[in-house]
Amino acid sequence: MKNSLGLYIHTPFCKSKCPYCDFYSFRGSAEDRKIYADSVIDEIKTLSRTGGFLKNREKIDFDTVYLGGGTPSLLGADAGRIIGTAEKYLNVSDDAEITVEINPSSSSDEFFDSIKGKVNRVSIGLQSAVDSERKKLGRISGKKDAAETIKKSKEAGIENISLDIMIGVPCQTFASLDETADFCLSSGVTHISAYMLTLEDGTPFYNMKNNLHLPDEDETADMYLHLVDKLKKNGFKQYEISNFSVPGFESRHNLKYWNDEEYLGIGPSAHSFVDGTRFSFPRDLKYFIDGGKPEIYDTGGDKAEYAMLRLRLSDGIRNDLFSEKFGENIPSGAFETAKKWEKTGHVEQDGERISLTPKGFLISNIIIEDITEAVGQI
Amino acid sequence: MKEKKENIRNFCIIAHIDHGKSTLADRLLELTDSVDEHYMQDQILDDMDLERERGITIKSHAVTMSYKKDGKTYELNLIDTPGHVDFNYEVSRSLAACEGAVLIVDATQGIEAQTLANTYLAVDHDLEIVPVINKIDLPAADPDQVQADIEEVIGLDASDAPRISAKTGQNCEQVLEKIITQVPPPEGDTEAPLKALIFDSVYDNYRGVIVYVRIVDGKIKAGDTMKMMATGAEFTVVEVGKNSATSLVPADCLEAGEVGYITASIKTVRDARVGDTVTLADNPADTPLPGYKKANPMVFCGIYPADGADYENLKEALEKLQLNDAALSFEPETSTALGFGFRCGFLGLLHLDIIQERLDREYDLNLITTVPSVIYKIHLRSGEVVSVDNPTDYPDPAEIDFAEEPMADAHIFSPPDYIGTIMSICQDKRGVYKTTDYLSSDRVDINYEMPLNEIIYGFFDTLKSRTRGYASLDYEFTGYQRSELTKLDVLLNGEKIDALSFIVHSSAAYPRARKIAEKLRDNIPRQQFEIPVQIASGGKIIARETVKAVRKDVLAKCYGGDITRKKKLLEKQKEGKKRMRSFGRVSVPQEAFMAILRLDDEDEKK
Repeated sequence: MKNSLGLYIHTPFCKSKCPYCDFYSFRGSAEDRKIYADSVIDEIKTLSRTGGFLKNREKIDFDTVYLGGGTPSLLGADAGRIIGTAEKYLNVSDDAEITVEINPSSSSDEFFDSIKGKVNRVSIGLQSAVDSERKKLGRISGKKDAAETIKKSKEAGIENISLDIMIGVPCQTFASLDETADFCLSSGVTHISAYMLTLEDGTPFYNMKNNLHLPDEDETADMYLHLVDKLKKNGFKQYEISNFSVPGFESRHNLKYWNDEEYLGIGPSAHSFVDGTRFSFPRDLKYFIDGGKPEIYDTGGDKAEYAMLRLRLSDGIRNDLFSEKFGENIPSGAFETAKKWEKTGHVEQDGERISLTPKGFLISNIIIEDITEAVGQI
Repeated sequence: MKEKKENIRNFCIIAHIDHGKSTLADRLLELTDSVDEHYMQDQILDDMDLERERGITIKSHAVTMSYKKDGKTYELNLIDTPGHVDFNYEVSRSLAACEGAVLIVDATQGIEAQTLANTYLAVDHDLEIVPVINKIDLPAADPDQVQADIEEVIGLDASDAPRISAKTGQNCEQVLEKIITQVPPPEGDTEAPLKALIFDSVYDNYRGVIVYVRIVDGKIKAGDTMKMMATGAEFTVVEVGKNSATSLVPADCLEAGEVGYITASIKTVRDARVGDTVTLADNPADTPLPGYKKANPMVFCGIYPADGADYENLKEALEKLQLNDAALSFEPETSTALGFGFRCGFLGLLHLDIIQERLDREYDLNLITTVPSVIYKIHLRSGEVVSVDNPTDYPDPAEIDFAEEPMADAHIFSPPDYIGTIMSICQDKRGVYKTTDYLSSDRVDINYEMPLNEIIYGFFDTLKSRTRGYASLDYEFTGYQRSELTKLDVLLNGEKIDALSFIVHSSAAYPRARKIAEKLRDNIPRQQFEIPVQIASGGKIIARETVKAVRKDVLAKCYGGDITRKKKLLEKQKEGKKRMRSFGRVSVPQEAFMAILRLDDEDEKK
């Protein structure tokens, strides 16, 4: 078993809640944030002292650290304090990828000062570079603020910058998507994540879904393919359904999820995968502050789960990696199913490897379920 | 010699849904100490879950109560009645077993359409009506107004109608007193040959069929050989008795005027049909009681297990249901699209719905139901006449000389405000206007001759929704009439799906074909490839839609390592796939079948 894990820390605060978001986050008071930061630091120290869920493991290290949310940048100087504590108390490897998420609406100088020298990657929630779209998405900052945030990140010595953008948002057109893509490409970033808007039950967007003026299914699909093509032409390689990077700048932390590798989560709603067990803290800040423990909810690491996750990657599932992990080749049924999808251009396969094409990524749920079925029970 | 049975009263309760029929029945049972306290669960008369939920009574029961008043002990027989047009015949048999009816009117809502229809039915059977004003405990109650309504609309003197709350029990005693004083005692000749009216029969696993009867003349006891006058079947009586609220109480003998049960190791309710007359084999009555009709299925559809492996279970379930339901018929059929299933016959659409729901609920069967059909008579050029209740069996149009469809004499009862609406619905459904009779200033009887297939095709639901529930419908099959019919076939991806074929009147072929194509387009999920949806009539495509190939599904962020969420999504998707039926390469969800079935209802909602 690999002895390197990812460390994920979840910050449940946002200055304002975006109407499409169903992640665990809320505004909270300055005091809430302070208590939260102290609790995270305590948790890190306890982990260091007792080993926590890792106590039976020898010589582990953390080769990625990810402070996500919510809006970690809203923590101000505490963001740096949390990362600093992790680096001091936990065995974070020297070449670790250390990422913090930033919202352009909450990126104070205090915050940048605190992370300087401690963080080597930032992920900025841009969503759109068109201000009218940003407004509809509930983003309270403008394109100018986003540009400023990128500039400040670079000034803080961070070269590995990722931008999150969205496809299929209200009133989006090919032209407006191009505007957002051009902004990303011209800003000199190394990584772009492009997510499709999903209407999650319980969000304001879900309730107003009939009045959102969303591009239709076909348009959204075409926008995605257009973006994939455009980014490719500009040197960004697609390595996952929604992720693109300059080669060598893939998100090492997120790759752990898709490679079915281990990670430890801290903070309310943070998920962990350790020793074949999946567990998470409840979506409850108070529970976390009061020292509540994460709850086990599933086992993981089986063949079907591995296939399900790996098929999200452009690299797909491969006999060499599969047999290294499970001691056998990918079941032949998976290739049979893949051939069916190959005919329609959704999948590529050569008897050794199965991977989805961008057209296939668009309907990845259907295809992955279909192929995974031949690998095992999910 | 006819004599009055002074200590017996036979009555039923008429009420609109939710006006408190079952609650009042419970109170009467309590007041007469007919049920032990700890047996008393609310609404003891409706013992099927389905009935409770739908608020309608599907199978009638009877309860005998003992009531002491002024030193005399009375035997009160409450006969429960089903409450829907599909079961009108069963209602009429229950009424025929009574001398009186308690009419419950909700003091907050006044008289409703269904109440009126059943009241008139009761009046037709010469029953004495005992009006009762219920729910006087509610703040919105207006008993004076409701009393005036009863007097004006129904023409009954309601000045001393008990004003009660069945919920709290207030004044319910008065209802019992009224039943004694107002409902006439039954008359009958105990020495005459036996004539007993079957108003209900229920299959019981241990005793065989329990036959509920009202003895009109004569008497019957265990050991007698009974004879069913319509079917001719004979049985040796095992036991006779009275119905208490919670059990059957054996008795030595049942006599003229009494209500009770008979068991005789009868294997199926088809041998003890509602409306039939029971007599004795060695001393038979000359003539049966009037009014017997064999309940014939009028509506047919295919019922298939969604999972072919459930075929035997479905067969077993239908057999069991049939033991208790003389009107349900079924025989095996095969469909190239759906595999092995059954062609089932029903009294009407509600009957179909109920059977379908019971199969789903009590037998946990996942089913696919095809579009309902009536029986058409097709005259071939060869001179042969074939009966078709399944569109799949519809002959080649080239061989057909002419076709006939079943017609019904439909009476729609309604307040006069809705005459225009009702007439327009009937015209749309190819009805031929006959008469309008004013039954009172508030009530008309609109009479149409209508094709039965239009009635079964959502007519009742349309009628109800467009008249806000005020109109009620009574229809009777009258015979066959020559008609122009067209069979429509559905092709998915070029492949004919026999289970989706249906027969329509030629004038409706084009609009209906278009609607069906649209419905299927909207209800078949987009799949890997484009699917043409075509509707054909005699080999010619008359409507076409396309289900486009799927382009995208949910590309949600795999957030913060929450893998299980993703797993669940795929599991759910897999479950969804299981509920689909594959036709060649096309998967069709059950909802698509349902959508065609509910074609007309949808229109009404728009």
